[in-house]
Amino acid sequence: MNLEIILFIVLALVAVVSSVAMITRPHPVISAVFLILNFFALSGLYLLLNAQFIAVVQVIVYAGAIMVLFLFVLMLLNTNKEDNIFKQNKALKIFAIAIAVLIFAQVAFLIFFSSPSDALNSQVAESVQSGTIQQIGTKLYTDYILPFEAAGFLLLAATIGALVLSKKKFE
Amino acid sequence: MTSIPLEYYLILSAFMFSVGVTGVLIRRNAIVVFMCIELMLNSANLTLVAFSSFLGNPIGQVFVFFVMTVAAAEAAVGLAIIIAIFRNKLSVNIDEINIFKW
Repeated sequence: MNLEIILFIVLALVAVVSSVAMITRPHPVISAVFLILNFFALSGLYLLLNAQFIAVVQVIVYAGAIMVLFLFVLMLLNTNKEDNIFKQNKALKIFAIAIAVLIFAQVAFLIFFSSPSDALNSQVAESVQSGTIQQIGTKLYTDYILPFEAAGFLLLAATIGALVLSKKKFE
Repeated sequence: MTSIPLEYYLILSAFMFSVGVTGVLIRRNAIVVFMCIELMLNSANLTLVAFSSFLGNPIGQVFVFFVMTVAAAEAAVGLAIIIAIFRNKLSVNIDEINIFKW
């Protein structure tokens, strides 16, 4: 058992436990903190997959920017906690969990019986090469320049939209 | 590529996606529902990065970059909508936000 597998098991356990804890804690702020923990575990998994750039962006953008936005809104709205998540409307909750289990079973069935890793024969060197910021930057600024510009425009539109929506009064 | 099979990452990602679905369906706080959507987006990102890494092809990671952009835009607009609703209804409980319900 080498270090890589141990790291994978630890990070996967953290990701699983924090995601389950996130949906079962009644207090929204604690949910947000568990989601941040989940993002950090995912960032570690990206590093195991040789995706350095995505791992760093995950921490900066998700755990940094987006979750701070969530926590700010939680602070502003001061919502009370949701007691008895599972008590009220029990039939609906059981139905929801059944649907989620069904989705998981379906995807797991597909993954096990198609065994996608048989179809690929990858080299370690290629994989290490593909995750560097140089490779991603080259792709982003040559082949994918148009989607990149569109993403920038989307962010501008979202900023203006958020400003308009959170104005005091609609005219 | 590594000593860990691709399937492990895919199963982890599928599990996180189902947890996100459960969260969207059982939680009543609109902000927590939003956080569950972020969890689902992240599980999709994990799949993309795993395939990209195992194929040795950077395009999957470029796509993850775009997914993160869309997630950031979605969070900004969605939270602004939640604030606007809270201003009118003084609540973010999605059972009480039913003005479009016939």
